[in-house]
Amino acid sequence: MSAFYQFQFYLFSLIAIASALLFVTRRNPVPAALWLVNTMFALSGLYVMLDAPFIGVIQVLVYAGAIMVVFVFVVMLLNLGRTEVTDLRAMGARFGAGLVGLGLLANLLVLLRDPLPDAPLAGPQDNAVTPVAASLFSDYLVAFELTSLVLLVAIVGAVLLAKRRTRA
Amino acid sequence: MIAEALAVSAVLFCIGVVGVLTRRNAIIVFMCAELMLNAVNLSFVALAKMHGVTGHVFVVMVMTIAAAEAAVGLAIVISVFRHFGSVDLGSVRMLRG
Repeated sequence: MSAFYQFQFYLFSLIAIASALLFVTRRNPVPAALWLVNTMFALSGLYVMLDAPFIGVIQVLVYAGAIMVVFVFVVMLLNLGRTEVTDLRAMGARFGAGLVGLGLLANLLVLLRDPLPDAPLAGPQDNAVTPVAASLFSDYLVAFELTSLVLLVAIVGAVLLAKRRTRA
Repeated sequence: MIAEALAVSAVLFCIGVVGVLTRRNAIIVFMCAELMLNAVNLSFVALAKMHGVTGHVFVVMVMTIAAAEAAVGLAIVISVFRHFGSVDLGSVRMLRG
């Protein structure tokens, strides 16, 4: 690992965590959504550094480009972009949530203190898409087809839920 | 690098959990859930460096499910807004429409 690689890795990690913190502390949904997009860009950089360039591209295209656009679209459709009264829960709930978060973080970080198994690390591959596609369309073909069914059901469900009820 | 990536993933996941537990704006709660999904994706990609390309396949699946979840969830948010006049989860007390 070159020093430059490490520097970049820590830089992207720092950007991701800082943007996520800014995201949960914003009161207005629109800046919150934009900070979340920033987190996703930083994560996409991390994916590329972890030898998953295809996943990084998909992250930018699907998450930042499609899902977050839908979020911002809904915020603007419902005209929620004004800063109103705070939406934080009561003090006790916040305290409990902080405890839950810290406990969970401590748990996960304690798990990481065990050294990882010494498996050989896969190096970067020339072709980013072929291994994913080969696995997706052979070993996980049934799951892949079921995903298309899930998407169909989601589309129909979204249309049904958001449709204005017309009294016949 | 894998251990660091897993640590970043844990931190992001906990930020998402705290966000879900402390906010009442339905849209922000949804975005926190997306942040948690992203954190899990990061650990999938990091572990794929050790265990082969299966992790990448699962990330693709998770992204598809996240898109479906966002579509259905935001449709629910829109219909909640129509019914209650706000997206504050504290105001949603009845399932009966």
